[in-house]
Amino acid sequence: MNKARRNPANVFAAHGILILYTIIALFPVFVILINSFKTRKAIFREPLSLPDADSFSLIGYQTVFKQGDFFLYFQNSMIVTVVSLFLVLLFGAMAAFALAEYRFKGNTLMGLYLALGIMIPIRIGTVAILELMVSTGLVNTLMALILVYTAQGLPLAVFILSEFMKQVSDDLKNAGRIDGLNEYTIFFRLVLPLVRPAMATVAVFNMIPIWNDLWFPLILAPAEGTKTLTLGSQVFIGQFVTDWNAVLSALSMAILPVMILYIIFSRQLIRGITSGAVK
Amino acid sequence: MTALTLKNVCKSFGKVEVLKNIDLTVDEGEFVVFVGPSGCGKSTLLRVIAGLEDATSGTVDIGGTVVNNVPPAKRGIAMVFQSYALYPHLTVRGNMSLGLKQEKQPKAEVEKRVAEASRMLSLDEYLERRPSELSGGQRQRVAIGRAIVREPELFLFDEPLSNLDAALRMNTRIEISNLHKTLSASMIYVTHDQTEAMTLADKIVVLRDGRVEQVGSPMELYNNPANQFVASFLGSPSMNFISADTVGGSSADTFGIRPEHIQLVEAGGRLDAKVVHVERLGGDTNVIVRTEAGQDLTIRLFGQHAVAVDTTVHLDFDDMHSFLFNAEGQRIGSAMAA
Ligand SMILES: Nc1ncnc2c1ncn2[C@@H]1O[C@H](COP(=O)(O)OP(=O)(O)OP(=O)(O)O)[C@@H](O)[C@H]1O
Ligand SMILES: [Mg+2]
Repeated sequence: MNKARRNPANVFAAHGILILYTIIALFPVFVILINSFKTRKAIFREPLSLPDADSFSLIGYQTVFKQGDFFLYFQNSMIVTVVSLFLVLLFGAMAAFALAEYRFKGNTLMGLYLALGIMIPIRIGTVAILELMVSTGLVNTLMALILVYTAQGLPLAVFILSEFMKQVSDDLKNAGRIDGLNEYTIFFRLVLPLVRPAMATVAVFNMIPIWNDLWFPLILAPAEGTKTLTLGSQVFIGQFVTDWNAVLSALSMAILPVMILYIIFSRQLIRGITSGAVK
Repeated sequence: MTALTLKNVCKSFGKVEVLKNIDLTVDEGEFVVFVGPSGCGKSTLLRVIAGLEDATSGTVDIGGTVVNNVPPAKRGIAMVFQSYALYPHLTVRGNMSLGLKQEKQPKAEVEKRVAEASRMLSLDEYLERRPSELSGGQRQRVAIGRAIVREPELFLFDEPLSNLDAALRMNTRIEISNLHKTLSASMIYVTHDQTEAMTLADKIVVLRDGRVEQVGSPMELYNNPANQFVASFLGSPSMNFISADTVGGSSADTFGIRPEHIQLVEAGGRLDAKVVHVERLGGDTNVIVRTEAGQDLTIRLFGQHAVAVDTTVHLDFDDMHSFLFNAEGQRIGSAMAA
């Protein structure tokens, strides 16, 4: 920010508000983290105190690693999230490019049709989806989850990306055509890098719901070999007793990968090599 | 030989007809400028020639072959865009060599051509920079360089200078003119700016509403405009038009005279008028006067003159310099000896 435009009082107020909000938002995460390192008794006695020599315990983590195949769940969640995101971004961007770039009959209608999914929650179709998966033999496969999440993410992705792609300069694409680039190269090499911030936004929006989803894993892929992390963690939550140590430890570990993915995408959000290419 | 022939080219977007029966030839090595008001279809025509838009009907012939079904990259053309349109992720060198790499030219040839172009445009120091690290003028030169390396038969420029400031515009204009002499390639150049049109062109094409109004050398158009539109479009300040009865009848509807062809005289003269406004430019003085019939005229005087606002002046002019137009704006009689 320009020094001349910086008013100390404003800066102070802005930072104060942001810091306050950050503290409020991060507090639950903080509580989960500290309690995951405490004994069961300490969790209930003093939930807000930091673990000390007395109350420190790794029992939660030990339980998680011993019981169930935690690493497999973890891997399943990772595969489902990353592959679904990749497919949503790839097909979403391609459809958006076609809608934004080419004049064809029914272009607007097609755009509306693709955007319809934003308004209709995919869970309404759960029964039909389950029947479909049963008859195609995809129940209890990661593929079932990937397909559903891809379908769930596409409408918003197409909608957001096509708006951004309309803003990519025609001249740039035409310069590429005159230089002999084919439509795929223009799409992958010229247009995609320019809408990268939008892609990152779409990725972040889609990532969290997929990672945290319990509904579809429970219905479509509840088998031991295809459990996701969220579903896997449910074994610690019983109807009568809940192993809080294990639940908190599992949750703490589940935060990590999402954070890593988020950091990767947010870099893209910030990076701006596009400035100055087109005046 | 002709570099480009357009026959009956029409272009519509849906129901909107943007180009209507354009016929045009560009000779080898000729510098042709398209001028016309905003929205008249200049860019569209250029894009049809480049193959970025398909003509709705008619044929486009470049260097003796009909290219209606040839993709832009194979038409032997290169285009420079108003917005530069440089590839943001490539360096200057990458920007210039991409087209050649796409043509699968040998590496040595690519380097040779890039070196040659960067020398011509003094871009040597910037070859490893990205577009975002260049000034506007440098970006425009890179865009021109990207066109040069392809060694096209036909260059297409779409208002290449309109994003530059006045001084830079003049320099780049001279550079483009030199480039045309060195490369002796055919060029088509779209502009709003009549100084660019007059100074660069071998041939000017005046367009209006998707039609060609007149084609000719800059002086032909200036001295012998076919109609009122062309007469008013070229020349600055533009030609004065008053109804013909004011200056003594004839069959004409409108009488036109250029600002530099009216003189102020002490007494007599053919028209009396009141001074409304005076613009002093140093080298020239523009006097805006209002006749008794309430019509405004601009008079261009060379040098500096003491003319006071609100005084009455007497105007005189030579019939040899006047133009007569009928009610449709078409020129009648040709009084002008070039
Ligand atoms: N893709 C398109 N769809 C519909 N109409 C279009 C399209 N492109 C251009 N037009 C219309 O065609 C007409 C001519 O446009 P064009 O861009 O050729 O004008 P121009 O002469 O280059 O104007 P300027 O000097 O402002 O650049 C305009 O009226 C414009 O609205
Ligand atoms: Mg234009």
